[in-house]
Amino acid sequence: MGDLASLLSGFQIALTPFNLYLAVIGIVLGTIIGVLPGLGGPNGVAILLPVTFTMAPTSAIIFLSCIYWGALFGGAITSILFNIPGESWSVATTFDGHPMAKSGKGGEALIIAFTSSFIGTFFGVVLITFFAPLLAGVALRFGPPEFFSIQLLTFASFVGLGGANPLKSMAAILIGFGLAAVGMDMVTGEFRLTLGSMELVRGFNFIIAVIGLFGIGDILVSVEEGLEFKYVKGARVTLREVLRTWRGLIGYWRTFLFGSFIGFWMGFKPGGATAASFMSYGLARRLSKHPERWGKGAVEGVVAPETANNAAGVAALLPMLALGIPGSATAAVLLGGLLIWGLQPGPLLFKEHPEFVWGLIASIYSGNVIGVIIVLTCVPLFVAILRIPFAILTPLIVVVCIIGAYAPSSSLVDVWYMMGFGFLGYIFKKLNYPLAPLVLAMILGDLAESALRQSLMMSQGSMLIFFERPIAGTITALAIVIFLLPVLAWLRWRLAGKPVSR
Amino acid sequence: MRAAEIITAVVILVVGIAMAVDSWTLGSGWGRAGPEAGFFPFWLGVLLSISASALIVQAALTRSVKGPFLSREQLVRVAKVGCPAVGALILIHWVGLYISTALYLAVYMKWVGRHSWRLVLAVSAGTPLLTFVVFEIWFTTQMPKGPLEVWLGY
Repeated sequence: MGDLASLLSGFQIALTPFNLYLAVIGIVLGTIIGVLPGLGGPNGVAILLPVTFTMAPTSAIIFLSCIYWGALFGGAITSILFNIPGESWSVATTFDGHPMAKSGKGGEALIIAFTSSFIGTFFGVVLITFFAPLLAGVALRFGPPEFFSIQLLTFASFVGLGGANPLKSMAAILIGFGLAAVGMDMVTGEFRLTLGSMELVRGFNFIIAVIGLFGIGDILVSVEEGLEFKYVKGARVTLREVLRTWRGLIGYWRTFLFGSFIGFWMGFKPGGATAASFMSYGLARRLSKHPERWGKGAVEGVVAPETANNAAGVAALLPMLALGIPGSATAAVLLGGLLIWGLQPGPLLFKEHPEFVWGLIASIYSGNVIGVIIVLTCVPLFVAILRIPFAILTPLIVVVCIIGAYAPSSSLVDVWYMMGFGFLGYIFKKLNYPLAPLVLAMILGDLAESALRQSLMMSQGSMLIFFERPIAGTITALAIVIFLLPVLAWLRWRLAGKPVSR
Repeated sequence: MRAAEIITAVVILVVGIAMAVDSWTLGSGWGRAGPEAGFFPFWLGVLLSISASALIVQAALTRSVKGPFLSREQLVRVAKVGCPAVGALILIHWVGLYISTALYLAVYMKWVGRHSWRLVLAVSAGTPLLTFVVFEIWFTTQMPKGPLEVWLGY
């Protein structure tokens, strides 16, 4: 019951007028960010991260996490009305959401999507409230070898379960770690991978990389496709419509429940939100009594993916809070923020900064309620943003990226790096190199390296330490199995005598 | 497309080798106080080289991916966004952020979007002004400035 008391004290923090005000601003900004092409969860949070440097850490995390929730809501708007998934995890929402909008039920589709998001998030945060302290309690006994093996597991899941070409995932992860290693070594003070340039001694700032990779990279991909906004009109959201839709939604409680469970289960593993939304969509379709309606605007087709991706988005915070390992690119940027505010992510956070952890968890409850009210009442505003012609939006977003890259350390060199990362992100996206693990590796690089170093010091240089300790050994073994999954799948194909796909 | 895959993988291979060599010269073994500075990056470089080599082999063996990396039309569209953006960055060094973004917005909106002069002027003057108010006055952050701002007394 101690957790409920902690949660109540968290509400006392989250519901102060200043923090509520930040939550409202965060949700509105986040929804706009989610609606705009080229801006999304990771780079939206990265651009606004410097704004929070002067705030108290709890207010800062409330502000930034509300941007994250807003971006999740915003993704639904573009998917349904414009058939443009703002994020990869909104792709499944377009399958039935857009046909609904085209048949004149755009408002209803939006209400369904927002409600599903709300329920998914709510379910996720309830589970976090109970599981995060438990997991953190277990993790308190972890030493450097355990943390390193969890890192291994995280990155092995990207390679084995991420869905991208395993070799490309591996290369992306290693490049991320390499970028993190550039600059002065924290332990010995030596300069690494600087190619003799003094400019590189301070290393690469992950904020710059995220803005470039996701911001400029996305813009280039979308202009290349000759993106045009084909807008479905007639999406009105009225109170009567909301109540009528809600009454109809009660019958779909099973889809909500399955979606939330799948979302949460997939979500605390890295890269889970996208997989969760597709899995939930697929399962709901298989269980549906009217499979013929799917793809033409089935209500469950909106409920299932939206519930799952929001539950997954919240679940991504569970390992971030309890273990210091983020489950998604946006959570990784939030974790980078923690480091900047001077907080050490990991299980000790619950002991040393309970006001921060519980303030954040409580703000997910309150932010979610505020969020659903804001998006339901302000749909026309957000839609209006997307009616701005593309030739105005594109340069404006580029300018925002430039300013966002300059602001953290007032350096024009950083802006050039950002542009470089932008072109890199564009090429990687075209060739299907996954970007999320790269960013995760870049942010976790120093933590992973110091865990590795400390473990090896404990064992006098023997790698066996990762196998001999019971918890670390189990996790490492699991990581190796997951890492080898693609190889096993390949072998099975070979043995079956079928040609290898890919 | 295949050529693009191979070139990218070769570049990654070169990066991987460079990482390994650089860390090797720094010392990648066991020092007096545990692993040396080059230990972690050395193995990153080695693993990266291995994955890049495998990617090269994989790309060379795959025959299914056809078509160019970028069609001419797509290249033009990407260049229309990329070139002015890089141009704007170069300009910042000379005239500062505000003038540069104003020019960039104006050029892009007129050249690509063919919008009316009135709209072009409003957006390209309004954006830098808003940026100025937000950053220099609210957040008191200094943005890069050029001769015009100096002349105006900032």
